[in-house]
Amino acid sequence: MEALVAAVGNRVRRVLEVVQDVSLFCYSVLRSAFFPPFYKHEIIEQIHFALVGSLFIVMFSALVAGQALAIQLARELAKTGAKSELGHFMVISSVRALGPVLTGIVVASRMSAGITAELGAMKSSDQIDAMVAFGTDPMKRLVAPRMIGLWIALPVLTIIGDTLSVIGGGFIGLTYHVTLDSYYHGVGKYLTPANLLVGMIKPVFFAILITTVACWKGLTSEGGAKGVGVATTESVVISSVGILVTDFICTKLIFRILGW
Amino acid sequence: MIEFRNVDFSIDGRPILSNVSFVVQQRQTRVILGPSGSGKSTILRLLIGLWVPDAGNILVHGEDITQAGPDRLREIRKAMGIVFQHGALFDSMTVGENIGYTLLEDKHPEDEIEEVVAKYLTQVGLHPEIGDRMPEELSGGMQRRVAIARALAARNPGVLLYDEPTTGLDPQSAERITDLILHLRDTMGKTSIMVTHDIADAFKVGNRITVLNEGRSVFEGTPEDLNAAQDPFIAEFLEPFRKAVAAACQRMDEGGPSAGARFRPGTPRPQPGGTS
Repeated sequence: MEALVAAVGNRVRRVLEVVQDVSLFCYSVLRSAFFPPFYKHEIIEQIHFALVGSLFIVMFSALVAGQALAIQLARELAKTGAKSELGHFMVISSVRALGPVLTGIVVASRMSAGITAELGAMKSSDQIDAMVAFGTDPMKRLVAPRMIGLWIALPVLTIIGDTLSVIGGGFIGLTYHVTLDSYYHGVGKYLTPANLLVGMIKPVFFAILITTVACWKGLTSEGGAKGVGVATTESVVISSVGILVTDFICTKLIFRILGW
Repeated sequence: MIEFRNVDFSIDGRPILSNVSFVVQQRQTRVILGPSGSGKSTILRLLIGLWVPDAGNILVHGEDITQAGPDRLREIRKAMGIVFQHGALFDSMTVGENIGYTLLEDKHPEDEIEEVVAKYLTQVGLHPEIGDRMPEELSGGMQRRVAIARALAARNPGVLLYDEPTTGLDPQSAERITDLILHLRDTMGKTSIMVTHDIADAFKVGNRITVLNEGRSVFEGTPEDLNAAQDPFIAEFLEPFRKAVAAACQRMDEGGPSAGARFRPGTPRPQPGGTS
């Protein structure tokens, strides 16, 4: 029994230590992203990598997911004779909830794997130590540009994803005899600043989550190629699950703040 | 001058270095010699402040770096250039960008950087045209020379640190590297610390040698003192090298057909004495 308690105690202690390390790392990341020096070239490179690299997959996923969502909604709304509300429901579900989460998960899968693998490989080949030895702060040069890059790319991708999701829903609506006029009337009516704000705030937090997890996993990876592989897998899993948890927390907080 | 004073260092309670002391005088090369896992590379990481010792002092030109804050440490590092094991070149940058890395960081004009890159590439015996290539396009020996050029171009440091600079290289490339290290000391007056497990390199390059075993310094002295040392660990450590030299010398004296294959022209004959 004592051994079990000790084992559980050790496990809890280790988890708390990791939480503490990640929190301190996150604080350093945010501090690095707000204070100079800023590596403009690296920031532009990261925006390009996140934005252009993820664009097609985000567009495709959003279009398909939007259409699937529209089918579900149109069928249920048809039962109550409220098919004309399809645009309204599509805006609420896509812009507020599905769009940011879907984009977040797609970008998290792609970016976390890339960031962790790159930083892990740099660490295992002493490139990070070399950088420090030559007087460069890796947080400033490697981590902050990735954070800033995602802060810019993720909201833009979310807007593109939301737009395609809503457009896809419109086409599905046609097959359920919802005219485009009626659909887009609902869309326009509920595309309010508050709804847009809810959808645009989440990507900012998702960017913090993805960068923190991916960079932390990469910079703390050990054990050569195998270690980098394990860190990359963990990074993708933690980021993806983290997106869902962050979405829940953000939704709860935003609703409370807006008094909805 | 660089001084290690009674330095202790451990990772997760596991001792890596215990009570290590040595002094590196100006324009001298100190070789840290020892088997794998003896804590040799740790010394360089402590010296550039990547790690902090548990106890003891590390003095660089009289200043204790263990007491220095991050900003001061960054300034102290500017006086040192380091060549990592396997080069540690930035693989997302060209050779030229690697060599001019610190100049790029300090926002020097592009033409000045190009000039410096060409100068240091020439100095390490490489053609300036390779500046446009990526590191993975170069051989191991060339990468190591680029790493030395990068260390030199980093604000022309007075102190150069080499972490296993010849590991994994063919004899000719290894010789070029050790010749370059000697050249930099003798003609440019660089103070150096070289970490290696290669006894021939240690004898060739070192003015003073420290031998580490399981994190403890078991020998400190000149290469001649090392050759004459009676310590059982030293004798055992040097034994394979002495045997190899003796066998090679015997083959060379016999003028056998394999002599040329074993000792290519230009490869220095190590001089351990005693057994040959």
